[in-house]
Amino acid sequence: MGRYVARRLLQAVLVLWAAYTLSFAVLYLLPGDPVEIMAAGGGEVTEVTEEQLDAVRAEYGLDAPLAEQYLDRLGAALTGDLGTSVQTGERVSAMVAEQLPATLQLTCAGGALALLLGSAVALAGAHTRRPWLRQLLLSLPSVGASAPTFWVGLLLIQLVSFRWGLLPAIGDQGWRSLVLPALTLALPTSAVLAQVFAKSLRDALREPYVETALAKGASRARVTLRHAARNASLPAFTVFGVLVGNLLAGSVVVETVFSRTGVGRITATSVTVQDIPVVQGLVMLGAVAFVLANLLVDLVYPLLDPRVTTGGAVAR
Amino acid sequence: MTSETLERSPAAAWPSRARAALRAPGLVLSVVLLVLVGLAALAPGLLTGQDPLTGVPADKLLPPSLEHPFGTDQLGRDLLSRTVHGTAPTLRAALLAIAIGLVPGSLLGLLAGAAGGVVDDVLMRVADVLLAIPGLLLSLALITALGFGTTRVAVAVGAVSIAGFARVMRAQVLRVRESDYVEAAHASGTRWPGVLLRHVLPGAWGPVVVFAAVEFGTVVLAISSLSFLGYGAVPPEPEWGSLVAGGRDYLATSWWLTTLPGLTIALTVLAANRIARALDRGTGEAL
Amino acid sequence: MTEPQERDPARPLLSIADLRVSYHTRGGVEEAVRGVSLDVAPGEVVALVGESGSGKSSTGHAVMGLLPAGGVRAAGRIDFDGTDLARADERRLRSLRGREIGLVPQDPTVSLNPVQRVGRQVAEVLLIHRLADRAEARERAVALLERAGVPEPAVRARQFPHQLSGGLRQRVLIAIALAADPRLVIADEPTSALDVTVQRHILDHLEALTRSTGTAVLLITHDLGVAADRARRIAVMSQGRIVEVGPAERVLGDPRHPYTKALLRSAPSLDGGPVAARAPAADPERPPLVRAEDLVKVFPAPRGSGAPPTRAVAGVSLAVRAGETLALVGESGSGKSTTARMLVRLTDPTSGRVVFDGRDITALRGSALRRLRRRAQIVYQNPYASLNPRFSVGEVIGEPLRAFGVGPRRVRQARAAELLERVGLPARTLHRRPAELSGGQRQRVAIARALALEPDLVVCDEPVSALDVTSQAQILDLLATLQEQLGLAYLFISHDLAVVRRIAHRVAVMRRGEVVEEGPVGRIFAEPAHPYTRELLAAIPGTRARPRQGRDPKEVPTA
Repeated sequence: MGRYVARRLLQAVLVLWAAYTLSFAVLYLLPGDPVEIMAAGGGEVTEVTEEQLDAVRAEYGLDAPLAEQYLDRLGAALTGDLGTSVQTGERVSAMVAEQLPATLQLTCAGGALALLLGSAVALAGAHTRRPWLRQLLLSLPSVGASAPTFWVGLLLIQLVSFRWGLLPAIGDQGWRSLVLPALTLALPTSAVLAQVFAKSLRDALREPYVETALAKGASRARVTLRHAARNASLPAFTVFGVLVGNLLAGSVVVETVFSRTGVGRITATSVTVQDIPVVQGLVMLGAVAFVLANLLVDLVYPLLDPRVTTGGAVAR
Repeated sequence: MTSETLERSPAAAWPSRARAALRAPGLVLSVVLLVLVGLAALAPGLLTGQDPLTGVPADKLLPPSLEHPFGTDQLGRDLLSRTVHGTAPTLRAALLAIAIGLVPGSLLGLLAGAAGGVVDDVLMRVADVLLAIPGLLLSLALITALGFGTTRVAVAVGAVSIAGFARVMRAQVLRVRESDYVEAAHASGTRWPGVLLRHVLPGAWGPVVVFAAVEFGTVVLAISSLSFLGYGAVPPEPEWGSLVAGGRDYLATSWWLTTLPGLTIALTVLAANRIARALDRGTGEAL
Repeated sequence: MTEPQERDPARPLLSIADLRVSYHTRGGVEEAVRGVSLDVAPGEVVALVGESGSGKSSTGHAVMGLLPAGGVRAAGRIDFDGTDLARADERRLRSLRGREIGLVPQDPTVSLNPVQRVGRQVAEVLLIHRLADRAEARERAVALLERAGVPEPAVRARQFPHQLSGGLRQRVLIAIALAADPRLVIADEPTSALDVTVQRHILDHLEALTRSTGTAVLLITHDLGVAADRARRIAVMSQGRIVEVGPAERVLGDPRHPYTKALLRSAPSLDGGPVAARAPAADPERPPLVRAEDLVKVFPAPRGSGAPPTRAVAGVSLAVRAGETLALVGESGSGKSTTARMLVRLTDPTSGRVVFDGRDITALRGSALRRLRRRAQIVYQNPYASLNPRFSVGEVIGEPLRAFGVGPRRVRQARAAELLERVGLPARTLHRRPAELSGGQRQRVAIARALALEPDLVVCDEPVSALDVTSQAQILDLLATLQEQLGLAYLFISHDLAVVRRIAHRVAVMRRGEVVEEGPVGRIFAEPAHPYTRELLAAIPGTRARPRQGRDPKEVPTA
């Protein structure tokens, strides 16, 4: 077990390093001179002189050779220093730390809601014996997955806030203002979850062990919940990392639509003003979330599925 | 039971396929809808006679009516016309994004699956890293570096899907490679390039095409999200995502400005996904 | 629980009358069971014999009310001790399932919930029918496992299915089926997924248990030998109908329906007739065509599993002479396929030598290896997987010709048509796709492909085990005819001794990567020298001495 955990941890660190390298390559190597982008500082200054460019280069260490820049930044990142924002001059790590709680609140609420909605729809769809209801329930996820998040958010504001006046449309005060954004964020994620879970439930219900259980005299509900659902949740669990990434990325749109503060909001503004250090910091935040989620899955999975040993292979 | 099914000739399957299509009205509707979307992109004039760019100020913010089925915006421009004319840039960007994902992605996947060993290991580790960064965030990073505009947004979205295409292609190549009929071809003395061209590629291609169809919906959503955030089309040019964004300021009074263009996006994606599912089932049967 | 002996013996426990079952598929409605009538008396063992697709499983499942999705019982009565199961509601059926009617399913490897401890799965029956409370059920589950012949039942009860062997899992399933002392057990091919030696122990145990409790058994099997060993009455099913039914002795001794006769011919120990399929033996003085010398194959363990590497083949030496058939016999995992694949260089040996026609081919590469391919071909087990579904039959057979640059397309097609005729298929088959052919027809196409380059040696890797009995016999006849006409040598891999006896000249018995015994087919079957060979032969269904004696249910299982 100790070796297994150590290996997974090492893998996680390697992926993070690679993600850092990739984001560095994207932001600093692609056409589009980072210096000009930064010196323009959000497009307010249109004419930039050569001296100004040099000054920016010196300030951000961009006059050094690329390899040296990369190593310097990587070394700094290891100590938690992700550079400073071009626009505000604030430290990126401080900006993220300040905004993270609001986003965590939103994504956790959205994630919980997605889990609830997704598994409820899948279970109900697998269990019902009315063909029309099954058809309806099982087509819900594909509808949910097709609706653009920003549109769903605006639709909810229009109906729930403006027409019915039930909940506030924007802002981030209290749970009442959390309901609509969390629901908007949850919808596409719950759709993915419901699709994966419904499919694996359908497969599990066709497994011979289900017939064994029915032959014991078990009711359909017992078979679905005690036998099929437990097995079917395993494949759904493995997409957890992807879903966490989706929730975080979705917060960019949701926080913009509902005018909430949070890391999603500063992502949107940083891209608009092309604030490269901030964007890189946020990309890394996404990668960290994904890697942590997958690490969690890797560590918990052997507890859920007795066939998986911590050696990593299926025992025979 | 099985032998009876096997003995049925394919000619007899055709009428039953037509009947199956009638039993799946959702699929028929999806095809019709996508044909309309295609028409809107290629010949917008056939679907609307109104000018998308200049409006009649006196007719501003009119709700949907027979004359303006989608209503009008704050400058009195016909919203249906703007949505129809916004199809072409959206669709062009989506197809470009698919091409950018599909071509290098499937080539890399083919290389990884066919070469195996170190090449496979390295390529797949890179794909893992690409998949470790949430897609939208990676697109945003690319946009930061590349700049704004519909084409750049398409590139940013397409690049993100390269890893996905590579994985699907590699998995298919490996699956076909392991099959008995490929070993039988080797045992018959067919050389490796011949096996690759005659057996592996045709066998692997189907699921990759299905994946492209599935990605189409994802890509349309990603592109319209990025346009909504303001990185895509430059106003006054109409584009689906930016049309919705433009209606945000009139949310309380003019519901149609956000609802109807957004509905167009949702229905298009829904139709594309429905067709992708049918394709998926089709190739599943052929294998 | 009522003692079955006290009942009116004339009144059957289960009485099926004119049962019809159809399946609604996307291709339309297919009738799987077309009017089946069958009685099972209390305590009686009745075997329902038929090939896959004959409707025997559907009949069994209809009795339990557990038809798979799309299955519809169209007509008929299923009378179980006074209740018409065909008209009973779900609640009533549920109260009977597991309590009065137990099921021993087909494949033990997938029939237990993989994430639940086996003890709990046994106890669940008692809990569902409220025969015990939680604590009591747990204790009784251990006792039930012990009764089903599971050693160390208290330890096993705490384990998960994947930690048990296939044989032990089937014993767990037997414990589940018998947990509530049902009056009828439906055993649906209970051992066909297990190795023959394990098969016999499981069936012995099931028989002893049901006899001691007076439970009736409806034994569903494709193997007439199994039926002959176990059942008092046998019903033979074909294409949804029962074609013959009667006491076991009568059906086996005096079969009336041609289909029963064909089934009988395929059961080795039940078939007294001459062996017709085999070609005359090759001259023993001739030098061997291909020779394996001390072949070893070691497979590395999966990465990161920490398991030791597997020694699939551990020093095998054998020889095949031109024009003869050497059968390589063994249970799954004995290394027989790997040995054959090394012989034709589809797998590289870890050590050892392969000599083909006097030439060492162990390290051949490139064009020399391709030249070898012309002389050594292979026919695979599964004709559904070994033909590219996208190719026409003409393209399949033409592929080796194309690879060796034989003529233009027209010439190749003419040669393919010729080969088709040789394997007994009409020339119009050329333009059809594999999906349009039956299993037997596909295997003929695979044989035609193997013959295209006029090889000297053909490796047949379980070539008939995926086929039904009738096609099996035809393919074996075809192989023998081709051998005689073309002087082919076969390396014939099989787990089925019946098949081996019909076609082989010599037999090599493999176990755990080694050849334990080798010799002429007559000698191996008549006087097996090695204990393992004797065990294999004894395990062939249909060889049990009659009259049967009950066995001690507590005997130590080898599974």
